[in-house]
Amino acid sequence: MGMPITVEVVDPPVTEAVLEAVYAYFHYVDDKFSTYKDTSEITAINQMKLTVKQSSQDMQTIFSLAEQTRRETDGYFDIERNGTCDPSGLVKGWAIDNAAQLLAERGFSNYYVDAGGDIQVSGKNALGQTWRVGIQNPFNPREIVKVVYIADGGVATSGTYVRGQHIYNPRERGVLVTDVVSLTVIGPNIYEADRFATAAFAMGRQGIAFIERLDGFEGYMIDEHGQATLTSGFERYTLDHQGR
Amino acid sequence: MPKAQPARSSDTLKKYLLSSLVVATFSIYAIHERYAAAGSVVVSPTAINDLASAGANGQSAGTVRGNAPDPNQSVVQDPPSPVPAQNGQYRDGQYVGQPTDAYYGMVQVEAVVHGGKVVDVQFLDYPHDRRTSQFINSQAMPYLKSEAIQAQNAQVDIISGATLTSEAFAQSLQTALDQAHS
Repeated sequence: MGMPITVEVVDPPVTEAVLEAVYAYFHYVDDKFSTYKDTSEITAINQMKLTVKQSSQDMQTIFSLAEQTRRETDGYFDIERNGTCDPSGLVKGWAIDNAAQLLAERGFSNYYVDAGGDIQVSGKNALGQTWRVGIQNPFNPREIVKVVYIADGGVATSGTYVRGQHIYNPRERGVLVTDVVSLTVIGPNIYEADRFATAAFAMGRQGIAFIERLDGFEGYMIDEHGQATLTSGFERYTLDHQGR
Repeated sequence: MPKAQPARSSDTLKKYLLSSLVVATFSIYAIHERYAAAGSVVVSPTAINDLASAGANGQSAGTVRGNAPDPNQSVVQDPPSPVPAQNGQYRDGQYVGQPTDAYYGMVQVEAVVHGGKVVDVQFLDYPHDRRTSQFINSQAMPYLKSEAIQAQNAQVDIISGATLTSEAFAQSLQTALDQAHS
């Protein structure tokens, strides 16, 4: 999937081997689900060399979750596009969630897993503080425009990127986007946050209203003018309850 | 020159009936228009489409419609100015609206008034057919807070952003393709 992956585990017993296991899992996911790899299972399916029914358990799980999400978002989330399937909008959150569970099963409770800007956090950072997550400025990747404090849960940001005067949708090359450039969703876990962020982003300006109506999810939408819209409960995450 | 024939009684009757019909029809129309202007609480899909395209101000005490959002503007709107109470302001409190047939399901809202203004509107019930309820409900949710983004100086542990994936990925792919060409 070609994205940077960062894992930090605070609990003392962590070993290199544990981190290697997490990275190995992401390699496995990439080998199976990357539409840019000729040898991936998803490419085989898209080239009709394999049907979903013949595919691996994880692939069938993803297709099943994709269908469920498609129904729940009334088609705004759909892995099929121009006759081929690209499940990356769902795989990323699902993989991060699984990687986090891999850590939890090994007894770790203070960590985060970050793949391409989508994050699952648990517990506290190395200073014993609530994890501080910055929302990147879509107009300047070196800046952050909001800080949220997340104890346990997922933060996913869907969006485009801005280069000069132009805003591009990376999924539709050459197409200029003119309304929402970034939508961040905070939810109980990264799988849920990611799939709803992907669907809500596809809804344009109405995406933030969709997140508002979802129980347990909050959102922060940034438009092409740099104007942000918050769901009504979003600000519970901007306060550091440890009183820093 | 032919002499004018005297009107027959059946012609007179027809004219009388026709003019009565015209008057009656006009009266029905006038009464209907009066009720429509006063603010029907029925939210029909046609009405929503008309609001969206015409940018009309739907102002009535019984609905959650505020100003129809201009699709080119932020989804956040100022709260509507509903029909005022006698002293020109709303009375503070919480008010539950009537459950209302919105064609695709029932809608019921609760409005909170504070300082004489509507500060919050909650849906107690809304149509559950997802496609339509999504459109209708999103047209009727003007109360989300808005702010201009500002660079923050705070320290953070992690950064969440779409550009991390998209731009880096696009650049990475481009350099790979550049190599493929050479």
